[in-house]
Amino acid sequence: MRTVAISVDTPEESRELCKKAGYTFLFLSDPGAKAIRAYDLLHAGQGVNGNDVARPAEFLVDSNGVIRWVNLTEDFRVRARAEQFLAQARQLK
Amino acid sequence: MERRKRNSYPWIGFVLCLIGVTSYFFLFYRWPITRDVPWANFLILAAGAGFLISGLRRAFARSQEFKGKIAGPILGAISLVAIGFFCFLIFYATKQLPKSAGAPKVGDKAPEFTLTDTNNKEVSLASLFAMPLPGTQKQPKGVFLVFYRGYW
Repeated sequence: MRTVAISVDTPEESRELCKKAGYTFLFLSDPGAKAIRAYDLLHAGQGVNGNDVARPAEFLVDSNGVIRWVNLTEDFRVRARAEQFLAQARQLK
Repeated sequence: MERRKRNSYPWIGFVLCLIGVTSYFFLFYRWPITRDVPWANFLILAAGAGFLISGLRRAFARSQEFKGKIAGPILGAISLVAIGFFCFLIFYATKQLPKSAGAPKVGDKAPEFTLTDTNNKEVSLASLFAMPLPGTQKQPKGVFLVFYRGYW
């Protein structure tokens, strides 16, 4: 299983975050919100300077490139938990 | 002239209300169990409101005995605004999200993308499956894509 975090942050900002928080999984930068738009997750104007950000969302993609699980939260304080991820990952086998 | 006693309850209530609101942002947001439903903050706010109410009752119903007729209502009003602000955030503001009706659904093909990683290297969705997992020769069975708001 591979975990990938995607946001509008620049590679430098993400690198800083990984260093500070000790994250070892991949962080991808989408400053132009290309992927964020492709997944229809753009939350326009909600950044700190009125810039566009992604709404929080989680997807599990299997090795055929097919979506197996989607979590679109209704409240951006509430995110998927690790237990949910693990339960979904086990079902992939 | 008789001396009235100091009425500390409105002050205790006020401080509890301030802690009840601010502690979410510097403490309780960190853990899903206190973030998703901010019960810890609501407990502190309820305690604060309790102190304020009994402090105000002392100030007004037993005003020969206790002070606080001026400070009590002022502190109460500020606390009420703080509680209102917190409830607005929790029950309304953070729920304002786009519909995302076009987001891929279970069974859909995941849209391909190419983005840059923290080493400024291009990474596509396909390459996420092709790359072996760190420290192994194995390719991943699946990829979790976690979109987040970032340092906004």
